[in-house]
Amino acid sequence: MSNELDYLSRRVALGKLSRRDFLGRAAALGVTTVFANSLLTSAALAEGPVKGGTLKAGMQGGASTDSLDPATWQSQVPYKFGRQWGEQLVEIQPDGTLQPKLAEEWGSSDDAKVWTFKIRKGVQFHDGKDMTPDDVVATMERHSDANSKSGALGVMGGISNVKKDGDTVVFTLKEANADLPFLMDDYHLMIQPNGGKDKPTAGIGTGPYKVVTDEPGVRHIGAKFENYWNGDKRGHAEQIEIIVINDATARTSALQSGQVHMINRVEPKIVDLVKRVPGVTIQNVAGKGHYVFIAHCNTAPFNNNDLRLALKYAMNREDMVQKILRGYGSVGNDFPINKAYPLFSDDIEQRAYDPDKAAFHFKKSGHDGPILLRTSDVAFPGAVDAAQLYQQSAAKAGITIEVKREPGDGYWSEVWNKQPFSESYWGGRPTQDQMYSTAYLSTADWNDTRFFNEKFDKMLITARGELDEAKRKSMYRDMSVIVRDEGGVIVPMFNDFIDATSAKVGGWVPDGNQEMSGGYALSRCWLNA
Amino acid sequence: MSTPVLKLVAQRIAMGILLLLAVSVLIFAGTQILPGDVAQSILGQSATPQALENLRRDMGLNDPAYIRYLHWLGGILTGDLGTALSSGQDIASSLKGRLWNTLFLAFWAAIVSIPLAIGLGLLAVRYRNGFVDKLISGLGLASTSLPEFFTGYLLIYFVAVRLQWFPSVSTVYEGMPLGERLSAIALPVTVLTLVVLAHMMRMTRAAILNVMQSAYVETAELKGLSPLQIITRHAFPNAIAPIVNVVMLNLAFLVVGVVVVEVIFVYPGMGQYLVDHVAKRDVPVVQACGLIFAAVYVSLNIIADIVAIVSNPRLRHPK
Repeated sequence: MSNELDYLSRRVALGKLSRRDFLGRAAALGVTTVFANSLLTSAALAEGPVKGGTLKAGMQGGASTDSLDPATWQSQVPYKFGRQWGEQLVEIQPDGTLQPKLAEEWGSSDDAKVWTFKIRKGVQFHDGKDMTPDDVVATMERHSDANSKSGALGVMGGISNVKKDGDTVVFTLKEANADLPFLMDDYHLMIQPNGGKDKPTAGIGTGPYKVVTDEPGVRHIGAKFENYWNGDKRGHAEQIEIIVINDATARTSALQSGQVHMINRVEPKIVDLVKRVPGVTIQNVAGKGHYVFIAHCNTAPFNNNDLRLALKYAMNREDMVQKILRGYGSVGNDFPINKAYPLFSDDIEQRAYDPDKAAFHFKKSGHDGPILLRTSDVAFPGAVDAAQLYQQSAAKAGITIEVKREPGDGYWSEVWNKQPFSESYWGGRPTQDQMYSTAYLSTADWNDTRFFNEKFDKMLITARGELDEAKRKSMYRDMSVIVRDEGGVIVPMFNDFIDATSAKVGGWVPDGNQEMSGGYALSRCWLNA
Repeated sequence: MSTPVLKLVAQRIAMGILLLLAVSVLIFAGTQILPGDVAQSILGQSATPQALENLRRDMGLNDPAYIRYLHWLGGILTGDLGTALSSGQDIASSLKGRLWNTLFLAFWAAIVSIPLAIGLGLLAVRYRNGFVDKLISGLGLASTSLPEFFTGYLLIYFVAVRLQWFPSVSTVYEGMPLGERLSAIALPVTVLTLVVLAHMMRMTRAAILNVMQSAYVETAELKGLSPLQIITRHAFPNAIAPIVNVVMLNLAFLVVGVVVVEVIFVYPGMGQYLVDHVAKRDVPVVQACGLIFAAVYVSLNIIADIVAIVSNPRLRHPK
């Protein structure tokens, strides 16, 4: 079978190519319809879980400083490995809805202030103990301890009390929050025996794989956990392995030479080359991650909304998506939400590149002279190029952008959230509320645009406690418009997650919640026989 | 061995220790003036002010610098390198594996490259200014001039992806059989050999040629010795000091300067380990790595010095 046909039939099996399109392409390759149809059947048949083997991923985002303690996770490798050995109460699905995981069901009081989670029974930890509501409570306690260094501290901040009640765990909140169950998907909140208080780095959870080898920055190996409760759905390979390959070329060649079966972070500029490698499938999916240009709304000259509007109109979004993302992404609309979020309103007018309007607002702002934009390679892939593109598109509106390239070392501590105009990225959050609460609420720690808007804050708090979805949706729409028209953020683009798999990988599910199939690739996928 | 030589050697070693002490001060001072803050770097973009404050307090970042230096030096002298700030692991034990990997790679690169370089150097002298000499020099210079990531990628593409003779990912781990281990490091060793070969080879050639000008070589020629005998018996022993010097420099490079090769081939050595911790501002680890690298450099240079002393009759028997 030709590589092209092989590739196409796998695309159909993945649901990425329609049957009709496939037959058309096959005919173009000079194949009869009967033969093409038979190919399709075999490709589809092959798509059933196959057990066994060692599934290997080559991943960017690991360092020798990584740890098995979920509280410390922030980069890709420890966190993606964590999703294989640990589990949360709930799991966000590719379509954005919530599915039960270690909690069987949940519900809230009418004011959305008290939430009750029924904890699943018959789930075992890797050390042989049964998982109990006490472990859940202890986990929540560890991550919400004021002395804790947990990355989930912000998430846990709104919870005033967690306690066990029979088979359930009851969360009492300081303020109403209709999204609380979504917060429980946070990757730091892996349920551990006694909350992991005894030994935070033990790496014991309830996931389909137990930790066998943990060499930070080198490789992480998990072996199938025999007593896993959900073995039909997850954990097909006998063993999984993550090899840390931070160099993009090395990652691609490891996939090509068959040393790994899947890789993350294929750079947009080489996607077209990787696509042509026989047997390799590019797995790209639209996500919530986006790249931003952030201006401090309280610092001159950015404290003038006309100037901010001028900067927004001076951004050529289509150009950015084409040149920086090579088409693997979509245009942003100057608020941090896109259609990947639940309760998104798609009728908000798209802002377009308009040098005339930009010039008009720039003049109206009364500002004169160049605008200093700080950037760095680490702000996002292609950030320096993006700054230069922006410089050109703004120049057409008569706005002079001065680009200052900062060292990547120290960018997050010295430039981002410190300097008045810089580039950055956001990975997105599960819900609109979380995204806005993290970075746009006046009191947010990472209010990196210094956006202080009372009306917006009030709406955010009200929406949080609103259980009526239609009402919430319209509130979020209004909030989006406020950020879009008054905020300090310019969102030129939402980036796709681009991963790649070899022909041996079956069962890949496109999941835009995170890269590598929402982080679950190693336990969702299997090795084709 | 006579007393003056012993005295000279002892002097060198004492100097080395003093030098290391000075280096330790420099390393400590250097890591203090790095931009950024350890706590911020560990928690990264996702740090809340509260978590930052807690972390800073836990790490004792508020003590004055000289106290932290003395603590650190005392720890090192007793073999305790402290714990990594970022992962909380014991530095000595996690460093041991990495250091061993680095030395393993350097050892095999040296085993291949040193005899090859010296042999080719001798050969070049034997056929100096002829075709063989020019070919050896030309190829050697070309391989050194190419940046190591380029040769690395070329080898990965042709040898690992196309021919599939050796793996492109050189991850080695404890308990890996020696045969597999050697197959895993075949490509990085090749790259490193190509990088260091020309330097040593050309130095050998130059040093021997230098000696070849001397009167005793002419005497040997008049005695009727063959060119190769002259080189091996008379020229080479007298050229040992400069050759050992350049060999040691390259050995030091193989230990401390191979981070690019480690990254390309995903080899778990010291370089990558150091870079990871610099990025996280994990000061204790950076200091420990810096000191180990300095010790490697200093001791290899002392060895070169001592070999030069011992191999030189004028130093061995001073007037």
